[in-house]
Amino acid sequence: MLQPRGGDAVTTDAAATTAAESPLLEVRELVRHFRGKRRRPFGRPTVVRAVDGVSLSLAPGETLGLVGESGCGKSTVGKVILDILPPTAGRVLYRGRDTGALARAELRRRVQMIFQDPLGALDPRMRIGDQVAEPLAIFGVGTPAERRQAAAEMLERMGLKRHMVARYPHELSGGQQQRVVIARALMLKPELVVCDEPISALDVSIKAQVINLLSRLQGQLGLAYLFISHDLSAVRHICHRIAVMYLGRVVETAPREELFARPLHPYTRALISAVPVPDPSVRRRRIILNGEPPSPIDPPNGCRFHPRCPSARAICADAAPSVRTAESGHTVICHFPGDA
Amino acid sequence: MTLRFMSQRVLRALVTVWLVVTFTFVILRVTGDPADTLLPDDTPPEVVAHYRRAWGLDKPLYEQYLLYFKSVAQGDLGRSFRDNREAVEVMLERIPATLRLGGSALGLALVSGILLGTIAALHRNSALDRLTMAFAVFGYSMPNFFLGILLIFLFAMKLRILPSAGSETLAHMVMPLATLATAHAAGIARFSRSAMLEVLNEPYIRTARAKGVPYKRRLLRHALPNAMIPIMTIAGLKVGHLIGGAIIIETVFAWPGVGRLLVMSVASRDLAVVQAIVLMLSGSMIAANLTVDLLYGWVDPRIRLSRAEGDR
Amino acid sequence: MPVRPPAAQMPDPPAADRWAGVPDIRRRMARQPWLVWCCLGVLGLMALVAVFADLLAPMHYAHQDLAQRLKPPSFLGGPSGNLLGTDQLGRDVLSRLIYSIRISISLALAGTLIASCLGTVLGFVAASLRGLAEDVIMMLVDFQGSVPFLIIALAVLAFLGNSLVLFVLLIGLHGWETYARLSRGLVLSAQERGYVVAARTLGAGPFRVYGRHVLPNVVSALVVQLTLNFPETILLETALSFLGLGIQPPLTSLGLMLGSARNYLAVAWWMAVFPGMAIFMTTLSMSVVGDWLRDRLDPTIRK
Repeated sequence: MLQPRGGDAVTTDAAATTAAESPLLEVRELVRHFRGKRRRPFGRPTVVRAVDGVSLSLAPGETLGLVGESGCGKSTVGKVILDILPPTAGRVLYRGRDTGALARAELRRRVQMIFQDPLGALDPRMRIGDQVAEPLAIFGVGTPAERRQAAAEMLERMGLKRHMVARYPHELSGGQQQRVVIARALMLKPELVVCDEPISALDVSIKAQVINLLSRLQGQLGLAYLFISHDLSAVRHICHRIAVMYLGRVVETAPREELFARPLHPYTRALISAVPVPDPSVRRRRIILNGEPPSPIDPPNGCRFHPRCPSARAICADAAPSVRTAESGHTVICHFPGDA
Repeated sequence: MTLRFMSQRVLRALVTVWLVVTFTFVILRVTGDPADTLLPDDTPPEVVAHYRRAWGLDKPLYEQYLLYFKSVAQGDLGRSFRDNREAVEVMLERIPATLRLGGSALGLALVSGILLGTIAALHRNSALDRLTMAFAVFGYSMPNFFLGILLIFLFAMKLRILPSAGSETLAHMVMPLATLATAHAAGIARFSRSAMLEVLNEPYIRTARAKGVPYKRRLLRHALPNAMIPIMTIAGLKVGHLIGGAIIIETVFAWPGVGRLLVMSVASRDLAVVQAIVLMLSGSMIAANLTVDLLYGWVDPRIRLSRAEGDR
Repeated sequence: MPVRPPAAQMPDPPAADRWAGVPDIRRRMARQPWLVWCCLGVLGLMALVAVFADLLAPMHYAHQDLAQRLKPPSFLGGPSGNLLGTDQLGRDVLSRLIYSIRISISLALAGTLIASCLGTVLGFVAASLRGLAEDVIMMLVDFQGSVPFLIIALAVLAFLGNSLVLFVLLIGLHGWETYARLSRGLVLSAQERGYVVAARTLGAGPFRVYGRHVLPNVVSALVVQLTLNFPETILLETALSFLGLGIQPPLTSLGLMLGSARNYLAVAWWMAVFPGMAIFMTTLSMSVVGDWLRDRLDPTIRK
């Protein structure tokens, strides 16, 4: 439940100017399927269509939010971008070059990731300082003493005391652990950081601190973020543009304020209506969706959202809708966008 | 219990059986012509010829391999050197004695082990607990042949109240039984204790207590049955150790069972009998493990009702 | 996760370019139970005896003196030169005991090392390669685990004879499947851990991932398994030697001493008691130390 604060609000004109430049990251029709086990001995193995045709673009220094409910495939998108998982189909282009063709080392130095479970992302048996310095060690940058120095400095930049270098991960609080993870990710001066639910596991008061830290670092270091989250209020705070995912597809993309002011897709509208507003005098009308979230093994025909859509019509069950683009970069996939 | 689960387990067991038979086949062929190894030197030539035909020793190796499976299934495994009888026959007549000893030891070990372990768990960290667990550690660290020798020395030689060899009377069974059961009981006691402790810490036990369920009922109806599941599987898995122990104990106490026969046959290179016993023991072990696996799947409703894959 | 005081309240340790705050080893050591110390002492004693056997033994273990057969230990009225008595061939029990300890312990150590290395490597291979390699290895593991090793050992000894090399190899094969199963399970779960995925995103190659991240987190469980396996290996070797199928004369082993002592139990109990106690003390101490290590190193492992 984060409210934009004056001093930390993200300005949108930075995004507008950089959108005209060539994108830092481009995802084109990305598909990622997982083969499950066979249900019957001679039947076909189940296929989980985690990501089923996702297209995104991200400009340098911009923050793109990727939101959706659990299981919609957003974390998988992040992993494919990082080349932890190979794509089943589609392309991921970094500065115009296919990530599959790039040398691994080059990709790793440009693109990094921070994780949902900060304690899990840290090796329980290594000291903090060694872990933060590890990226430098992997690529052979500097002498061990220089690496330790750089690590200590990075920790200070995160707002942690220098002496933390000697501690072990379990001795830190959740917020401190996440700062360590961020510090480690920034050691190689990446251009893009994929943030996979970075604040979901943190206490509410700490969430705000970490978000503000990320925001500040973006200004100082010119970082671009792919901010994956299911928390719309956090996304609103830090993102320039937002993409909404449902069941493996992006259903709507828009600049931040545009999305909140004029959500076109029924799913987006339901999501936004669910965000709590800390003002008792404001009456919200919550849109409650019917039914259970469907499984990515067996997605519905036509428009994937139609079984739960409050404004579904006959055509929605038969034909998948195509992409419609409104002005100012607002795209949506719906037969009847903007329906009340 | 799903068909898938059962068939998977059975398949695994069959593969293991196949591996054991292959292993014996390889070892047999490696050590020379089976007609020499598995038949006494003074066998009449026509009997030798009969076996050569039955085992296909003049045929190519893969045919011999297949024929070997057939002869194993039929119990046609050669003749014992010592009295020129069928190896299988020699082995079979010793099995009852081993079953008597091993079966009673298993039963005794289970009962005493579970009892001790449960008592220790219920009086956790008390002197009783420490004593029981000390006894358990002693029990499974003690080499069973040494324990047997000590018992013989004490009861047969010094006190002269128990016989030290043979199996005629019930008194003959006391020492071998005690020795064999001790190590097993010790292991079961330790495991029972930790299984009971785990179960006692589960939320549903505390709920039962909060509901006012009396102590004995809590113990017998809730805690013990749930602890039984892991205890039974461990007990089943340890039958292998029991068999190994029986081999040694039978030798120490001259108990006329299969184990003693195995040792004597190995010492005298009576390979036909060795082969027969190895196959029989392996087969029984695999069957026992399979039974435990299936029983486990049946008893534990989580596994029975789960549609997920097995532990792979 | 337990609540920790925020960083600001922790006192600053003295600045240095090495990491400060290494836990005080000595203080930690003093807090362990005295029983564990005793057992470590016993194990240390055994190790010393094994290493310095030549210096400690009063005479050669095969030295016979038929005039002094079956004499009791010197503290029970026997000859002063034989502290623990003599056996049926007049050989000094103490010297035989010392050399037997050396042989049995070395064998058990060699066997444990072979089995643990073999098993751990195979487990790692199975977990990293998956696919057919994993299936084959796990099949072998099942096979080895479903038949009592004593039986396999007896069969091999029967068919292939009794050479020392074969015997050592056989001992070395005991228990590899527990290591394989364990290490495969540990590596599989480690692969799923966040920090392994994180290390890969940082650009670490497979060697670094396994060597610096997976292995250290897996080692403690393997060490515990080692301490549990070692007594079993000693028992296997001594049992086989006891049955007359292991170490052969003129070499000596604790099991062999017990085996020949059985026939003279009524007249020379010391021939059996001392080697038996040696075996028992070693296995007992190792078990106690193993239990303690397991409790200390990794409280999440249950057996």
